[in-house]
Amino acid sequence: MQTDTLELDIWRGGRDGAFQAFELPLRESQTILDAVTEIQRTQDASLAYRFACRVGMCGSCAMMVDGIPRWTCRTRVVDVQRKGKRLKLEPLRNLPVVKDLAVDMAAFFDKWRDAKGYFEPGESPPADFAVVPPDSRERRAADVAIECINCGICYSACDVVSWDKDYLGPAALNRSWTLVNDVRDRGQTSRLEAVATDSGCHSCHSHMSCTAFCPKQLSPTQSIAGLKRETMRAALRGAI
Amino acid sequence: MNAARNAASNAAWTARLLVAQRATAFVLAFAVAIHLATIIYAVRAGLNAGEILGRTRGNALFLAFYSLFVVAASIHAPIGLRNIFREWANWRGRSLNIAMIAVALILLALGLRAAFAVYAA
Ligand code: SF4
Ligand code: SF4
Ligand code: FES
Repeated sequence: MQTDTLELDIWRGGRDGAFQAFELPLRESQTILDAVTEIQRTQDASLAYRFACRVGMCGSCAMMVDGIPRWTCRTRVVDVQRKGKRLKLEPLRNLPVVKDLAVDMAAFFDKWRDAKGYFEPGESPPADFAVVPPDSRERRAADVAIECINCGICYSACDVVSWDKDYLGPAALNRSWTLVNDVRDRGQTSRLEAVATDSGCHSCHSHMSCTAFCPKQLSPTQSIAGLKRETMRAALRGAI
Repeated sequence: MNAARNAASNAAWTARLLVAQRATAFVLAFAVAIHLATIIYAVRAGLNAGEILGRTRGNALFLAFYSLFVVAASIHAPIGLRNIFREWANWRGRSLNIAMIAVALILLALGLRAAFAVYAA
């Protein structure tokens, strides 16, 4: 039986590495992550990459596939391979390479913290459960942006991140926006201050690369526009 | 603590600069339209320099309009320029702010001087 072959060029090494060519059988419904795993199991055990859930939940498997950031566990080879062409796999853009396809995500997560992308409960805990009506304006605004899996795809798609190493980036700002809409949160002023700095939401060019590539179909661009509005309002009120 | 205070004042400044940039953009949108319409009118009506000056000389409305235009442009342009320098030349901090204040003052001085010269011609 004749089997088709999948040819790949995979980045090896750190920042100063090189591409290495691999070949393996093309299989039905094979994902990019399947291909990388098969290479690691059968051809080169030293190939470094990252994954956990394999079902699009954990956000750890993102890589550049032919120059486009993708979640590789949910990307089928047949859907992205241009007819008979070799596939090129590289580590995510805008983050330091650890080795091969694995990047150091520390800066990415540090910026979530810097954007105050965490819940601030305040000094004294409320006596009872907070009731947040599902159809309230804030809850709906948060819902639209909430399903982020921290994959870093938007971060690597954003040119402003490449230009300004301090730019907080789409994912952190998107998370911050969900918290701005959390009526239980008690840290709103310091959060707005954190995202209104020179490297915060006002640096976004709204060119929507983040939104175009987010695998969860979120729109960090829209969340950032919300932050721009809220920080401007707060500045006009004199709150920040 | 100090870092937090720095971030806070940076944020306050950035947000206010943005407000100023938006507000002046609003003024400029009208001012540029009126400015262009006036140029087109003057050219199509075949006015020469003397005739134009005849209409602008001593015209307080003219002076008020172009002064507003100049002030808006002097605020608007350096804010945008500051962002471009930050992003493309990695220029930050005090020296950048001082340079941009200088740009604002130069634009203001040149612009007001020109407007007044036409008014007082
Ligand atoms: S819209 Fe903003 S955050 Fe998204 S890619 Fe463009 S500059 Fe980056
Ligand atoms: S916003 Fe989308 S692309 Fe960005 S980290 Fe979250 S899930 Fe990934
Ligand atoms: S492995 Fe978890 S999202 Fe791909």
